[in-house]
Amino acid sequence: MLSVSDLSCSRGDRQLFSGVHLTLKSGCCVHIEGDNGVGKTSLLRIVSGLSPAASGQVEWEGVPIQTSEAFRAARMYLGHQLALKEDLTALENLHFEAAIAGRPLSDANALAALVQLGLKGRAHLPVRVLSQGQKRRAALARLLASRAALWILDEPLVALDLSAQTQVCALLQSHLATGGMALVTSHQPLQLGSAQYASYRLQA
Amino acid sequence: MNSQPNFWFRYASPQAFYGLAGRLWPGFAVIATLLGAWGLWLGLFVAPVDFQQGQAYRIIFVHVPASWMSMVIYLAMAFWALLGLTFNTRLSGMMSRALAPTGALFAFLSLWTGALWGKPMWGAWWVWDARLTSELILFFLYLGFIGLTSAIEEPRRSDKAGALLALVGAINVPIIYFSVRWWNTLHQGASVSVTQGSSMAQTMLSAMLLMALSFWMYAIAVALYRVRTLILERERHTHWVTELLSAKETAA
Amino acid sequence: MNPYMALLRRDLALALRRKNEVLTAMFFFVVVASLFPVGIGPEMGTLRLIAPGILWVGALLASMLALGRLFAADHQDGTLEQMVLSRASLTGLVAVKILAHWLLTGLPLVLLAPVLALQFDLSRDAIAVLMASLLLGTPLLSLIGSVGAALTLGVRGADVLLSLLVLPLYIPALVFGAGAVQAHTAGLGASAHLSILLAMLLVAALFTPWACAVALRIALE
Repeated sequence: MLSVSDLSCSRGDRQLFSGVHLTLKSGCCVHIEGDNGVGKTSLLRIVSGLSPAASGQVEWEGVPIQTSEAFRAARMYLGHQLALKEDLTALENLHFEAAIAGRPLSDANALAALVQLGLKGRAHLPVRVLSQGQKRRAALARLLASRAALWILDEPLVALDLSAQTQVCALLQSHLATGGMALVTSHQPLQLGSAQYASYRLQA
Repeated sequence: MNSQPNFWFRYASPQAFYGLAGRLWPGFAVIATLLGAWGLWLGLFVAPVDFQQGQAYRIIFVHVPASWMSMVIYLAMAFWALLGLTFNTRLSGMMSRALAPTGALFAFLSLWTGALWGKPMWGAWWVWDARLTSELILFFLYLGFIGLTSAIEEPRRSDKAGALLALVGAINVPIIYFSVRWWNTLHQGASVSVTQGSSMAQTMLSAMLLMALSFWMYAIAVALYRVRTLILERERHTHWVTELLSAKETAA
Repeated sequence: MNPYMALLRRDLALALRRKNEVLTAMFFFVVVASLFPVGIGPEMGTLRLIAPGILWVGALLASMLALGRLFAADHQDGTLEQMVLSRASLTGLVAVKILAHWLLTGLPLVLLAPVLALQFDLSRDAIAVLMASLLLGTPLLSLIGSVGAALTLGVRGADVLLSLLVLPLYIPALVFGAGAVQAHTAGLGASAHLSILLAMLLVAALFTPWACAVALRIALE
């Protein structure tokens, strides 16, 4: 369970937001909404542990995330940058990501993940020749192989066509169904069917 | 017992420190001026003429204290850096930044007066003496700190990065000094010595100490004044600053 | 495969696919070492005297030039963030990155040095001492430089700023590195210099990856 209490964030000398309270339980997805520049990305970066908060606490299973070893294993953060090396193939990128995360990943499973996201025939090409949407699919493929309980996704649907968007939402749904949780920002609406879904509007 | 931790942490808030610094700096400035006048009088008029170097040697009364202060200030910066990284206080970063330009100034002054001294002594504007070379490197360390903290826009990141740099620099300063001395002695380089073999007269030593103290008081005064400006800049969106500035406007 | 081996293989594979990074450092070294005789004059006595300094400064500048690319690419595409977030020790990952960087930009300088030293008519054993000093010195430069590279990540004017930050810290390595060859040529024996270089390298290897990891976390805040 993730709990965010009284979080505030400042960039430079501007305060972006304050007094944010959130709880995420197993099977839940919280969709962070807000205007451009209100701090949605900053919030996600604080929750993922990359940035420090100006004040407030983020806790995983009751332990502050800075000291929680369990949190490091449970989180999966996908930001605006795709975290793909352009000179490596999509397959190589996936293998590297799995190795860094300490997860064994067989060739077959890696390929299957890429195929499931519509990259059949593209898996062995260097990422730099893929289109923007294909690159994002390659980046999202790591979600399939991941065992992380908490998905923190910053605008995951950008540059994706409708069928890919539906696919990603389906991925999210099955993740929630198996007890995972997700914190997502997106300008597009998320079709999550019957899954537990809440919206949180971030305001200045 | 309870009041002691409160005292220190009270002044760790920029608002409280702003007031404290405002009350303190004029005092330090006055002491600095008095000590400086006394030291200069001793150094320029009272201390005996050096047997070998004549009147020109008197520049050491600025050169040596400036060198000392450039090193002391770097240590002070490193101290604030350590404090800031450990306790994550905003004020520590501001104090480091307030000290850096003064430290750089003293390093530059030391180099410049070293050159002015060297010309009549050695016939050259620069000699690769171990101390002068180390002073030059210290000057670059200061410039690096100022450059890095100015280049990073986000204040918290800037403070932390500067603090890490200051600490890395402080740890390296002894190593750098040792290696420069090794390099210098190995190559039988020139040595700009203060005493030139004779023991220093009492007045000379007193004059140098007075000048060193004067520079120290000056550094504190300037740093306190500068940190007040930094506090106003950093905290300009807070309630107390907007009130203060509007009060000044109506008074003006 | 453990994360550290995976990172090492990845960085080496990436460099092989984009060879210009490796070549730039080597090319710069060659250019610097070749320009000095042209600038100073072909008198062999002078050149033999100043050769250790020139070759060491050339290697140092080439190493500094390559530093900017240690973390920049990973920072830009987001893989650095993922490394910070991973369960693997960031200190360990940083150490691996520095190792890969040295293998690609430092080791070639060591191997190139004897060829360039011939231009200065250095004796065979002087060249051996030069190579030893560079073998100890270039990793030291990479380690020290990595902290500067991490501090200046994504900052405007990072390249120039990096040089300013790192130059004072490079002085000891330069003094003992070039000094080793000069001491040897003067008949004093290079063992003292090389031992000090080795000691500095060991201390740096122990502490700088950690300092660099701290700097990276600050840079990614």
